[in-house]
Amino acid sequence: MLSPAEPFSRRQGPGTAAPGPSGRTAFCRASGLGLAALARLLSGASVRWIASQPDTCQRVYFANHTSHLDALLIWSALPQSVRELTRPVAAKDYWSRGFVRRWLAEEVFDALLIDRTDIKVSQSPVDLMIREIGTTKSLIVFPEGSRSVSGEMGEFKSGLYYLAKKRPDIELVPVHIDNLNRILPRGEFLPVPLLSCISFGPPMWLEQGEAKADFLVRARRAVLALKE
Amino acid sequence: MNAPALNDTRTVALITGVLLLLTVATAVGQFLARHPDRGLDPAAVRSFNLRLRGWWIMCTVLAAAFWLGTTATVVLCGLVSFWALREFITLTPTRKGDHRALFWVFFLFTPLHYILVAYDRYDLFSVFLPLYGTLFVLARVALAGDYKRFLERTAKIQAGLMVCVYCLSFAAALLHVRIGGEAGGRDANFRLLFFLILLVQFADCMQYAWSRMAGRRPVAAEVSSTRTWEGLIGSATSTALLAAVLWWAAPPFEPWQAALAGFVVAVMGFAGGMTMSAIKRDRGVKDYGTLVVGHSGVLDRIDSMCFAAPVFYHLTLLVMGQGAG
Repeated sequence: MLSPAEPFSRRQGPGTAAPGPSGRTAFCRASGLGLAALARLLSGASVRWIASQPDTCQRVYFANHTSHLDALLIWSALPQSVRELTRPVAAKDYWSRGFVRRWLAEEVFDALLIDRTDIKVSQSPVDLMIREIGTTKSLIVFPEGSRSVSGEMGEFKSGLYYLAKKRPDIELVPVHIDNLNRILPRGEFLPVPLLSCISFGPPMWLEQGEAKADFLVRARRAVLALKE
Repeated sequence: MNAPALNDTRTVALITGVLLLLTVATAVGQFLARHPDRGLDPAAVRSFNLRLRGWWIMCTVLAAAFWLGTTATVVLCGLVSFWALREFITLTPTRKGDHRALFWVFFLFTPLHYILVAYDRYDLFSVFLPLYGTLFVLARVALAGDYKRFLERTAKIQAGLMVCVYCLSFAAALLHVRIGGEAGGRDANFRLLFFLILLVQFADCMQYAWSRMAGRRPVAAEVSSTRTWEGLIGSATSTALLAAVLWWAAPPFEPWQAALAGFVVAVMGFAGGMTMSAIKRDRGVKDYGTLVVGHSGVLDRIDSMCFAAPVFYHLTLLVMGQGAG
């Protein structure tokens, strides 16, 4: 499924994300499929594409963040061919703790782990993301930075803007996740199997000369607009 | 004994009749859909065809359940309850303090209730949810430490459990009613269940038809403008008639008793529909559309059944008690 020649072969420094998924075993792949199916079943998610189509072109899916299941659910909502190319971006301090989490993040979901505690100019998360996705991969990001407690959407952090600025060719797809915060709220580990809804919106780009604040507000509105 | 016994003439007659009716209705529906120039409302034709498809699915599932046996049917009913409760709680705003209580309601109380139904423990399942379910929900929500709108929140969970799980399970419990004499046996129980489903569906249709043809006075216009007194009376009368005609299919009933059951089933089904309409109205149709898009069906389809099943169950017991006395 994956292109044999990974476009990025540059060495990563120690402490950055694990290398590409070419070595993913069949077991990891099956685990991913199984977990995705389980998440879909538990969350009763209906998937809507609003003025938008699934595509294997390079994209950044950005969504509101309400639950631990968010990334898994977006990932599982994508068609298999797109899923193979899509990597969730996750917090390293959380996902590299303990064997199971690390295995899930690195082997199963091929997540791109970002160190939230130790952000340096030389190793900015945006540069890392751009390097990791090369010219084929897509990303799932949560621009709010962390899960909201109330279920209300927070302000977007600037990472999405810099990502769009450095790679203006990438399609930015807004995603709205509804009701998942009731299925697995922050601080809970047992899910209540209610029904949720994932909406993918039309792709957007950074406009010529658009200011950072304006762009971030526009992106946030694009996600909120999918709530209806 | 698992082999389906289709040697029973009454079962065969009932099934053949229903299949014939469905086939004819499907043919008519398809014809109307292809000829939109007949002066009929295309939206009505579409909803008629959707409903027909729902019945075909229902019949197929029922046939499969019948083939697999009593326990499989109880499990199936449990799954329908589970899904309906999902829709119900999804529509109902809950707070984070309800989370743990809801978890146990979904994964312990609902399955346990159906296990009691499957083991035919009427003495236990008739009190398990109304008594212990209530106590648990109250206590667990209190223990979670969030007292805001406490009674309102616990009442919502309780109502969901009652309507979606407790009430619906009486349909499955019909399979364990001991019908004595030569009319008894597994076939008879399934026929009883089928009889109930048929009456409920028929009453729904008649309500719709009578309301459309002669409906003038809505029972409660704020809740539902399409459910009228004319629809209610028309559907109760027609369902009573159908039940009286089909009395031979429902083992313990005499024709007049079957008619009475049909009447009561129609009235209860109407009450169920009104109740779910009220809940949906309160929540706003918008929420329903976004959250349960695609599979909005289950709760909509079974609302009448939820209200009719317990009454029909107890009527059956009552009629049999009279027969024995």
